[in-house]
Amino acid sequence: MTTPASEVDSVIGSETDPDADQFLTFVLATEEYGVDILRVREIKGWDSVTPIPNTPSYIKGVINLRGTIVPIVDLRQRFGMEEIEYGPMTVVIVLKIECADRDRIMGIVVDAVSDVYDVPKEEMKDAPDFGSVVDTEFIRGLATVEEKMIIILDIDHLLSGDEIIMTDKLTA
Amino acid sequence: MASILAVDDSASMRQMVCFTLKGAGYDVTEAKDGQEALQIAKSKSFNLVITDINMPNMDGITLTKELRALAPYKFTPILTLTTESSQEKKMAGKQAGATGWIVKPFNPDQLLATVKKVLG
Amino acid sequence: MQQFHQTFFEESFEGLDIMENELLNLDLGNTDNEVINTIFRAAHSIKGGSGTFGFTAVSEFTHVAETLLDEMRDGIRPVTQEAVDILLRSVDIIRGMLSALSEGGEMDADAIAKGQAELETLLNAGDTAVETPSDAEQASGSVDGWQIEFKPHPEMLKTGNDPVRMIKALAELGELDVQTDVSDLPALLDLNPEDSYLGWTITLKGDVAEAEILEVFEWVDDECDLAISPLNAAPETKPEQPETAEQAGPAAAAPVDTSTQAPAKEPAKAATTAAKKSGESASIRVGIDKVDEIINLVGELVITQSMLGQIGGELDSEQGHENHQMEKLVEGLAQLERNTRELQESVMRIRMLPISFVFSRIPRLIHDLSSKLDKKVDLVVTGENTELDKTVMEKIGDPMVHLVRNALDHGIETPERRVAAGKSETGTLNLNAYHKGGNIVIEIFDDGAGLNKEKILNKARANGLVGENEVPPDDFINDLIFHPGLSTAETLSDVSGRGVGMDVVRKNIKAVGGSVRVSSTEGKGAMFTIQLPLTLAILDGQLVRVGDETYIIPLVSIIESLQVKSEQVNAVAGKAELYKLRDEYIPVIRAHSVFAVGDANYSLNDRLMVVVEGDGAKAGIIVDDLLAQQQVVIKSLETNYRSVSGISGATILGDGTVALILDVPGIIDMFRGDANPVPPAPIKPDGSNIAEQAA
Repeated sequence: MTTPASEVDSVIGSETDPDADQFLTFVLATEEYGVDILRVREIKGWDSVTPIPNTPSYIKGVINLRGTIVPIVDLRQRFGMEEIEYGPMTVVIVLKIECADRDRIMGIVVDAVSDVYDVPKEEMKDAPDFGSVVDTEFIRGLATVEEKMIIILDIDHLLSGDEIIMTDKLTA
Repeated sequence: MASILAVDDSASMRQMVCFTLKGAGYDVTEAKDGQEALQIAKSKSFNLVITDINMPNMDGITLTKELRALAPYKFTPILTLTTESSQEKKMAGKQAGATGWIVKPFNPDQLLATVKKVLG
Repeated sequence: MQQFHQTFFEESFEGLDIMENELLNLDLGNTDNEVINTIFRAAHSIKGGSGTFGFTAVSEFTHVAETLLDEMRDGIRPVTQEAVDILLRSVDIIRGMLSALSEGGEMDADAIAKGQAELETLLNAGDTAVETPSDAEQASGSVDGWQIEFKPHPEMLKTGNDPVRMIKALAELGELDVQTDVSDLPALLDLNPEDSYLGWTITLKGDVAEAEILEVFEWVDDECDLAISPLNAAPETKPEQPETAEQAGPAAAAPVDTSTQAPAKEPAKAATTAAKKSGESASIRVGIDKVDEIINLVGELVITQSMLGQIGGELDSEQGHENHQMEKLVEGLAQLERNTRELQESVMRIRMLPISFVFSRIPRLIHDLSSKLDKKVDLVVTGENTELDKTVMEKIGDPMVHLVRNALDHGIETPERRVAAGKSETGTLNLNAYHKGGNIVIEIFDDGAGLNKEKILNKARANGLVGENEVPPDDFINDLIFHPGLSTAETLSDVSGRGVGMDVVRKNIKAVGGSVRVSSTEGKGAMFTIQLPLTLAILDGQLVRVGDETYIIPLVSIIESLQVKSEQVNAVAGKAELYKLRDEYIPVIRAHSVFAVGDANYSLNDRLMVVVEGDGAKAGIIVDDLLAQQQVVIKSLETNYRSVSGISGATILGDGTVALILDVPGIIDMFRGDANPVPPAPIKPDGSNIAEQAA
């Protein structure tokens, strides 16, 4: 079950309001998150991954995406939430990440995909300072849609942390 | 549309000349040295020949002499591309039968103006 | 215009290479003029092209060099060693300028000024003045107009010049009044249509500079009679002849027709880069991205074919052989596999180039270094036609250069010392390349002094890598030169500025999947052996199963596979396990623990072990099962993720899943522990590891 980028494109294509940003939202436990729709390459169902040794546990491994090797990150584990078993609703969102040196493709495992929303720019609020409780560097902002709070993620910050992207090999 | 034979051993020069002239609507054929050019000229006719002087296998001066010996090219305008600004090199071309010369470096506009002058 | 810059830079760099090679090969006693001509032409092209594309600095500098060469080919100037050296340096400077231009960097203005001064001094010392471009004459003042008497010589038409054209050009400058003089026109029967008999008196009114008029007649200066005089305020009486602006006379018929007549036009071929049939080797310049795309697509094809092959195999075993269609399908798939394999091999060969491209940098290097260091060195090159992948070749250029510099600086001794040691005055540096297995081996060896073990050992002791009283075996000591802490001291101080040391050399070679070793005999010489994969994209691999996962071990790293007998296994320090393989001990690596897959606590008895070799060290990897051997397309992990220790890449199997490819040297390193920076130490017969002892 794959929603290729073309379908995603058709969602964007319709009525893009220049004063609003579009986000794809998904669910993790009871929380709803959003990512910039322009960064979404495709949406896939969960399939097996090839694990990579010596990596943090939230990096599940890599998959073959039409000939390219793409790493998959479990967001629940990344956020330190309780792990769940993957089921038929489990979804992988493939994203384009902009890193310092180049762009990369990565996938995140989420519980389920929600919807696509337009959020007018002035309605995006900054995240409050949680202190040391929650690292808010990867939160781009908060939005309210249909009375729900959506946590808009800065995926570049979230997924290009040092532990994920290291340019040097550990051994010479 | 007039057809032009452009001869130069430098690919980048050929590309530029070709591009400029084609852009103005001329038909352009390329050759990378005098020998190749002569062979092409024998099988096709051209309204104008633009040639570099210093080339391997057959230089521009020899090419000019050879072309003039061919009936269809007795009166065809032949222009030499030369970086030498010395009179003797220009004259050497003329002595071989060339119509005139274009001094390198030239910009595309100069080239087009000269070609227009010669082809009318 | 900029679209042509790339081609210009490429062909200019090639031209510079030609210049350099030919200059180095010049036999000063007996110079071949054709060679000088070739060098001249290369410089000439660069000068012309750079001028056309607006790179005036390059054009001006090259012009001086070109003038020198022109004099040489004309025989006016003798070809001396001094001139050759100066020209060689000029080549370097021009290269530098072009590099700066093409990469957007800074030109070294000082070097350029110095180089130009050098050229000019040489030039002027030879009595031949530097040509200055003739200045265009400036006509002074403006006049009401001009009177022009223009009579072409009879043969003017034969140079393709057309009086009509010139008159038209004048018409563009101002108001024209033309009168034709037919007085020289012979009777029709005596008329030679190829000659010009007419003359014209032209009155040009307007604010026109004399220079402009002269420009119109520029080309025919010596083929006509031309008289230009300014019109006075009081105009001269015009001739009364009825002939007015009539232009094309009968005598002009022939040339006019030829210029407009165009028998059946053939469409001009847009042959920008295709080679013509001129009898030379046909080659096409193709952008490397196009080639890479083809290679990628072929790679995908291989994967798809492999998938089909797998399904076909499964279906076949299910259905049995009674099904006729099945048989044909299986046959077809086998054929497909053969075709795909051939296609793949063919495509990989596209990127293969002979190593001579890299070797060609060395003669110049030796020429410069040997004179700088006052040493005499002969270069012997063999196997320069051995081919390897273009990308690999580009990456080993610098390391090779460094190794050669090293050999000249520290290896080959000065002539005096050599003679004192009973050797010939001139040292020899050998470059050799050949194929071995799936690799290309490059040897750089000299007959110099070899590595100084004492020196290396002292430095190692000073750095704490080797214990004070320890004397490791020679191989170990020699290998230490690649260690980061030691190598920097051995570098020539002006080599780089790029911070190149032996450790960087090894690192760069490793980065392309290769390895470098050194062997040396003190007093006799040293040999560096570089081993590189032939291609970066395809690998012959052995599929193995570890737990639930499939991994791939490069076939070139596999020595043998065997079943473990627990009697052959010994434990060391309660942690490491060693296997007695014939007469040596090799470490046992449990893949399960290295990769955290499955249960790693098992008895080794009867287990499957794959004996591998990497970077000179051997090890035995325990796996669960040996699966198929197949050619796989290497996919990068780093594109979207990062490099992982012990893993050199990934591939996509026939069923679409990802399998990781083991980096054998990396795994062996990992197994020893990341913290240990010492290169693989040989195992002593009693099973202990030297590094462990020292710790």
